[in-house]
Amino acid sequence: MSIFSSTTWEAFTRPLGKDNPVTTQILGICSALAVTVQLKPAIVMAISVTAVCACSNIVISLLRKYIPTSIRIIVQLVVVASLVIIVDQILKAFAYDVSKQLSVYVGLIITNCILMGRLEAFAMSNSPLDSFMDGLGNGFGYGKILIIVAFLRELFGSGNLFGLQVIPQSFYEVGYMNNGMMIQPPMALIIVGCIIWFIRARHEEMQEK
Amino acid sequence: MENILNIFVKSIFIDNMIFAYFLGMCSYLAVSKTVKTSLGLGLAVTFVELITVPVNYLISKYLLAPGALAWLSPSLADVDLSFLTFIMFIAIIASIVQLVEMIVEKYAPALYNSLGIFLPLIAVNCAIMGASLFMQERAFANVAEAAVYGLGSGIGWLLAIVAIAAIRERIKYSHIPAPLRGLGIAFIITGIMAISFMSFMGIKL
Repeated sequence: MSIFSSTTWEAFTRPLGKDNPVTTQILGICSALAVTVQLKPAIVMAISVTAVCACSNIVISLLRKYIPTSIRIIVQLVVVASLVIIVDQILKAFAYDVSKQLSVYVGLIITNCILMGRLEAFAMSNSPLDSFMDGLGNGFGYGKILIIVAFLRELFGSGNLFGLQVIPQSFYEVGYMNNGMMIQPPMALIIVGCIIWFIRARHEEMQEK
Repeated sequence: MENILNIFVKSIFIDNMIFAYFLGMCSYLAVSKTVKTSLGLGLAVTFVELITVPVNYLISKYLLAPGALAWLSPSLADVDLSFLTFIMFIAIIASIVQLVEMIVEKYAPALYNSLGIFLPLIAVNCAIMGASLFMQERAFANVAEAAVYGLGSGIGWLLAIVAIAAIRERIKYSHIPAPLRGLGIAFIITGIMAISFMSFMGIKL
């Protein structure tokens, strides 16, 4: 990785590992839970958030010296909202079914705390390249959790992955049943709780007193 | 009238912002450490929703929806500005939040200090944006229904955050496995609360 300085590379890898936006920084949970009933919408959502996060980080980072601090939140919102409108129109044009499934959650990318959090904490004080990598890293870190939760919920909730049946029919014949609870909203919360439990059990320094 | 009551009850219990749609989770988890602060934030969210949802309803009906500009002149009847929805809604929400912030700072400085950074961040609270987007998706018949929906979903959010704050105040004294302390257990409790809220499903007035 000679083209990247070490800080740039770190901006990318940190959110993927210990500094994960969802489980450590507690950002962007709203959409992370709601779109994870199936893998496909979860992946589309992860890609959309990554794209918006990386692009808005570049834009704000380029503008950072010209934005007066008193109106920065409005400026950030406008940049993010314009990018989300683009993503929404693209989804409606090329992936209409998924965009219907995601319904209001595409619009809610605007209020996704990951975006505002990264803009405030990183892009306002770093160079465009670093900010781009940070946005990409946070998007992937968010996507990682989304995919884990969606994988578990779709596999145990409906026996499918990407809409294809993976649990063999013979299992059902001997009495295996899909767990209908997995599709319901409460299980998403409990799964994320268990993921946090798992991560904190492995990294003792992250535990709360 | 029945319809309005139905929307009200449904938006509090069945379509609860936290338990059914996970909206506003970030501030829900971060501010719910004491009952007092969470009550303050809950009231602020309710108030902002009560104003923003009907305002956004009017904007979407008379400015943004396909053909909405027909009241200006018949030649504008086929203008469709619906792609501007997101940016318009967020602008309205951000300005009303600014207004609420100024009012709270003037009349309740103690609450203002305890809410800290979370007051300006109400602007990016997904529950508020979510309420406006759901309002648009459900196509309410008139502005009163939209206002009642905003009020109801705000109260639902208030209920949820006050309930979890009360539980978290108590749970400090229990023996929880170290890795679960704080955030982990908060998620699992919310999950269990959501299961109990599922029992309201199907209620119709």
